[in-house]
Amino acid sequence: MSEVKTLATVWLDGCSGCHMSLLDLDERLIELSSQFQLVYSPLVDRKTFPDRVDVTLVEGAVASVDDLKKIRKIREHTRVLVSLGDCALTGNVSAMRNTVGVQPVLFRVYEENVLQKQIPTIGVPALLDRVCPVHEVVPVDVFVPGCPPSADTIYQVLSELLAGRVPSLGGVAHFG
Amino acid sequence: MSGEANVRTLTVDGEEISARADQTILEAAREHNVGIPTLCHLEGLSEVGACRLCLVEVKGARRLLPACVTRVEEGMEVTTHSPKIDRYRTMILELFFAERNHICSICVANGNCELQSLALTLGMTHVEIPYQYPQLPVDASHPRFTVDHNRCVLCTRCVRVCSEIEGANTWGVMGRGAQSLVITDLKEPWGDSETCTSCGKCVQVCPTGALFEKSSVGSKVRKHPEFLPYLRIMREEDQA
Repeated sequence: MSEVKTLATVWLDGCSGCHMSLLDLDERLIELSSQFQLVYSPLVDRKTFPDRVDVTLVEGAVASVDDLKKIRKIREHTRVLVSLGDCALTGNVSAMRNTVGVQPVLFRVYEENVLQKQIPTIGVPALLDRVCPVHEVVPVDVFVPGCPPSADTIYQVLSELLAGRVPSLGGVAHFG
Repeated sequence: MSGEANVRTLTVDGEEISARADQTILEAAREHNVGIPTLCHLEGLSEVGACRLCLVEVKGARRLLPACVTRVEEGMEVTTHSPKIDRYRTMILELFFAERNHICSICVANGNCELQSLALTLGMTHVEIPYQYPQLPVDASHPRFTVDHNRCVLCTRCVRVCSEIEGANTWGVMGRGAQSLVITDLKEPWGDSETCTSCGKCVQVCPTGALFEKSSVGSKVRKHPEFLPYLRIMREEDQA
């Protein structure tokens, strides 16, 4: 309980709502900050994923080659990987394009009814044919449903992890 | 007394209970406050045993039996909860979620969905089975109601209520297996149906967001399937 653990959060294909929910912990963040050191996150500056992280919260589904590369590296360097929210767990809204495929979506957005037709390829990662939940790509240790999971749920998860337990959210948090 | 001969004694999870001979395991168990999860079952409608969530162990039976369509028998030993049953029920739920596009976060039934709450009560936090992502239609041709096949679990409550209570027989099922669809008339657009009375009973009994009232979109309106038993009783009294 006394030792400070390292925490990372990542944002794959999601809306950042799960990170907003994390910020909704409000003053509890201060309490947690004495026990967790935030070493990598969209909320901090560090650009490369550290070698060894105790807990990583993953928001979002795996939708691009970049997401895939990131999540594999993160898994390799993380002790407890937490799928945070419905996109990471189910694909959710991110995976809605799977019913039609990636090409029709790109066409609809960048060509159909567009004056300067161009599908962007430079500086952006290629989209995968199929958006997947995180656990389809790498093993996941904790599943936290919710769109987004409530701040209370996230607090419960982090407190349990701090106490050295792996929480189960079955019967506690629901999809949506 | 003839009534006495119709009583059966069985054990459910080790507790001895009595039931009428014409009762199912599900009815008997619920009368004694033993919780068995269900999805296609609805009080007031006939049983079809479609969802398999009510599977129970019966001593001597080689496979799990659906409690909703299995009659009680003298001396029957029923187990409603065990690691094996829980595993099967979770797997069945996962199959439901993987088969169609159940996106709770943007569903009209979010917060009022029986599939969603079953996942919560049975402790299903994620789906191991690969999602199928089928391309399915949404029929919004009816002036008041919409059918979204992405959310349908093929429980056939709509089909049964339309036939057994309303007597309109508008709803039916076409196709087989995962390709099955609930349809109105001979797969005509719902809005063109000549048999539909627009009573809305199908919408009220639908456990998910597959059938919904257009006016309820975004308003978190709860459905009211509990009216059925009362309706049945009133009609029986009318006929008597």
